[in-house]
Amino acid sequence: MPADTVKTPGRLRRFLDSDIGWSFCHTPVAWLSALVLVLLVLTALFAPLIAPQNPFDLSQIFIDKAEIPPIWQEGGEWPFLLGTDPQGRDVLSAILYGSRVSLIIGSAAVMVSMLVGVSIGLCAGFYGGRVDNLLMRVGDTVLSIPTLLMAILVSAIFREMLPPALREPFSAVVLVLSIALTSWVQYARTVRALTMVERRKEYVLAARIIKVPATRIMGRHILPNTMTPVLVSATLSLGLAILSEATLSFLGVGMPITQPSLGTLIRIGNQYLFSGSWWLVVFPSLQLGLIVLSVNLLGDWLRDALNPKLR
Amino acid sequence: MLDQAATLASARVAGDDIILDVAAACCRFDVSAPALSRLFSHEPRRILRAVENVSLTVRRGTTFSIVGESGCGKSTLARMVVGLQRPTEGKLSFRDIRRADGTIGPPRVQMIFQDPYASLNPRWRVGDIIAEPIRELKLRSDEAAVQQRVGDLLEVVGLSRTDASRYPHAFSGGQRQRISIARALATEADFLVCDEPTSALDVSVQAQILNLMVRLQKEFGLTYLFISHNLSVVRHMSDDLAIMYLGRFVEAGPAEQVFTRPQHPYTRLLLDTIPDVEQPNRERRPMSGEVPSPISPPAGCTFNPRCAQAADRCRVERPELRQLGGVEVSCHFA
Repeated sequence: MPADTVKTPGRLRRFLDSDIGWSFCHTPVAWLSALVLVLLVLTALFAPLIAPQNPFDLSQIFIDKAEIPPIWQEGGEWPFLLGTDPQGRDVLSAILYGSRVSLIIGSAAVMVSMLVGVSIGLCAGFYGGRVDNLLMRVGDTVLSIPTLLMAILVSAIFREMLPPALREPFSAVVLVLSIALTSWVQYARTVRALTMVERRKEYVLAARIIKVPATRIMGRHILPNTMTPVLVSATLSLGLAILSEATLSFLGVGMPITQPSLGTLIRIGNQYLFSGSWWLVVFPSLQLGLIVLSVNLLGDWLRDALNPKLR
Repeated sequence: MLDQAATLASARVAGDDIILDVAAACCRFDVSAPALSRLFSHEPRRILRAVENVSLTVRRGTTFSIVGESGCGKSTLARMVVGLQRPTEGKLSFRDIRRADGTIGPPRVQMIFQDPYASLNPRWRVGDIIAEPIRELKLRSDEAAVQQRVGDLLEVVGLSRTDASRYPHAFSGGQRQRISIARALATEADFLVCDEPTSALDVSVQAQILNLMVRLQKEFGLTYLFISHNLSVVRHMSDDLAIMYLGRFVEAGPAEQVFTRPQHPYTRLLLDTIPDVEQPNRERRPMSGEVPSPISPPAGCTFNPRCAQAADRCRVERPELRQLGGVEVSCHFA
């Protein structure tokens, strides 16, 4: 049994007794990836307590410890398990701090796009007609522009609009918005389709007869009945959001060197790849791959487990 | 001035027991293709005439039943009565009534639906489903009173107070229909529109639900607009009966009279289909054909393609509803 995030015994018991809990316990891929993901998230969140060094604290960085290889190689040195970079920063610590940035930006981007997409999908599906047409055509337009190109465009525009002093502190917000702006459409489409089915159901009519306001019908009646597929698609797109963030940072329009994410680390490491310091690019890439892989495997399992046709 | 208005209102309420008045209501839907495709394919507009020129009055405390085959417009009529659908033409008006607590106002209307599996939100507890109208219409001031009322309503419809904390999936079709009725009563409704409330239930459960509805009618003085395609169910309930065919009433009048002396050939056909255990009608010929499309109804009497008595006149001239011995019939040969 994995150490799951569910804490109270009552909840845990109920989770294990449900169909989904059974499927979870009997799918090794599911609980293995959940275990890996929980470990990665915990080490990232508690980076300041775990990491051997704070890579942002100049008093802990020594230039004479620059470019030390990983500890199992000749010239490796304790406590630099995965070696150091040309400025003397510990690669493991940088990865832990970087994962934190990547995970936070990734989940924030998913949440923002979910919020936007679900609200737009609800309105389009519930009101139908012209509102539906307008909102969905906007979505189609967004989808017709390549995601990465759109994200680069948006983050470049945001960056130009901000005064130079605010660019670095706000780069995370800009990243979240530019990723969210391109990925809300899938939620909108899913929710719209489900809303169009639900709003014709008789429990919605019963609420409409007693003149329950439209916003409350959408929020309290229809929304809870559309959430299952939305959660599945959110899990699957979390991996995608983390990757988009890494790509943007790799291309240099994402996180600055002062707050490096995994993508920034890979970009910096890439410059030293041919000088022999392979550990600078390989370990952050492995970490990124591990996060995305475990998120995607978990999402795949969730999609299969919640699919009534596969039960 | 004010006093005069008040006495006028009370006089009208006291002297007149009509609760709903539908005058020449029509409901048409535009089901044409989008304008652009119509332009290219030179198609005309297509109008679906769901309800055509229907008039009826419902008296307080009685049951008015509407019977017809699938697609004859009876559900659209029900949706117009509860306000989910605007009539394209004509008028539906509720008269003010005097309630048991002495207040005068328009009757509260609620609906009981056909499908007990779609009429309750699967994510809500039964207690919240029944409490929703009470909270929305602010019928009780505090939460304890709301819970008290929900418990009372569950007992009225024959369920237990503790069922409030369960989810709809834990109940059978008949129990769900009871929950639906409790939700309708929660509005302190005076007028219930029942859209085939028993057609999705087992026969044994149908009788229980119908008996419950009859009991509640006596207890609370409810008025029902009862929609069904099952004449034997309707006979059990109705005071007045209307037979609907392709959006129009073909026969309407006191239920017993329609049942004992059916005048319209369609009514006779429907009555023939009721199975009888004591006198099985083995010579019965099954009704042939389908209901014609309401988008392009046949000329003349809309029933003529399926009618055994149809003559040339029926294919040209449409019979209007006319009074005939206490009932209204639209047939040239009645």
